[in-house]
Amino acid sequence: MKKVLVVNVCQEKLHYYEFVKPIEDILSGKGVSFFIRHYKEIKEGDLNGTDKVIICGTSLKDNDFVKSINYFDWIKSFDGKILGICAGMQILGLVYGGEMYKKIEIGFYNENFEKEFLRLKGEQEIYHLHNNFINFSKVKDFEIVCKNKNVSQAVKHKVKEIYGVLFHPEVRNKEIILSFVELK
Amino acid sequence: MRIGVLFSGGKDSMYAAWLTKKCNYDISCLISLWSGNKDSFMFHTPAIELTKKQSELMDIPLIVQETVGKKEIELRDLEKAIKLAIKKYKIDGIVTGAVESVYQASRVQKICNKLKIECFNPLWQKNQIEILEDLVKNRFDVIVSGVAAYPLDKAWVGRKIDKKFIDEIKVLADKYKINPAGEGGEFESLVLNCPLFKKKLSIKLKNVSGEGNAWRGEFLTRPTSSDVERGEFE
Repeated sequence: MKKVLVVNVCQEKLHYYEFVKPIEDILSGKGVSFFIRHYKEIKEGDLNGTDKVIICGTSLKDNDFVKSINYFDWIKSFDGKILGICAGMQILGLVYGGEMYKKIEIGFYNENFEKEFLRLKGEQEIYHLHNNFINFSKVKDFEIVCKNKNVSQAVKHKVKEIYGVLFHPEVRNKEIILSFVELK
Repeated sequence: MRIGVLFSGGKDSMYAAWLTKKCNYDISCLISLWSGNKDSFMFHTPAIELTKKQSELMDIPLIVQETVGKKEIELRDLEKAIKLAIKKYKIDGIVTGAVESVYQASRVQKICNKLKIECFNPLWQKNQIEILEDLVKNRFDVIVSGVAAYPLDKAWVGRKIDKKFIDEIKVLADKYKINPAGEGGEFESLVLNCPLFKKKLSIKLKNVSGEGNAWRGEFLTRPTSSDVERGEFE
């Protein structure tokens, strides 16, 4: 089994502890092998050495990845599975031509998953921490699995195994991360 | 980046401050909310006055904001203190010791977002036993300053967090489903020494007051040379 690539999106070094380490801990707790790269330091060999990538979130104020979106050009040609969390989901949307809109959501919210999404189904309490979202209804390659009004909360690529969640499953709904890494 | 640490003098905010320094950020000030409500959901209260001594031992200025401790007033006072830190120390970000509490963390996140500064929670979602073990490993001298949950009692106040403590609290956490690092308010802590201190905070446990499973320590400090210079001690 290949190692999971965990992508650190944070501009500030100190944010690693808040947005990357909790995901490392979930993976370590289940004995999943992984390696971490900052998005600006991903090499071709890193992508060849993995078949699953988790793109982590970052802080409310950190939008550096938007200016540097070309660092994610590899996403469209990558053969493996991808899970984008919050900023990671926004990155997926931007790469596939989506547009970013303002929406502040901080704290616990309830969302309804009508279809099963990485083993999550029905009404779920989720933890949000974002100022922006991507309107995936205009991104033709993706289907929206869960939304609240016009805000896409969970999406999946129509053909590839690329998933995105606007909320933070490392805080609530850790099973999303585990079911992603267990995908065959 | 200039940082203000939301500081209670307990293990979590001190450990968060240490991680901040370790990552080479400039800690420009500490911000301490002194709540009149000993059951505050937002702020640590036992021995909070010792934050003054701790700030001196770290040589980092302290902003003290007193608050009556009512829910929304606490938040208004926290925002007031952060605004003062932005004005006086030009901070660009706040560091907190939040671990599990979405109640605390999301409120600080909202204030920082409104004031357009960064918010860092370096202990966020960290395993509680790992926190205790890290404190011991990194030479943090921490004692319990108060307890508020069964089966903890008066005898736990003043106890040092060391390997024996961790072994015992693990057993109690399994048996009674308490949070081993006190994340649910089971106990509060006081840092007497750590790698950020120039020397140890010298204190004496004067009295332990309370009843049942809710006890708080009162601590006496020995005067420092700066106290004497200020005429606070004869």
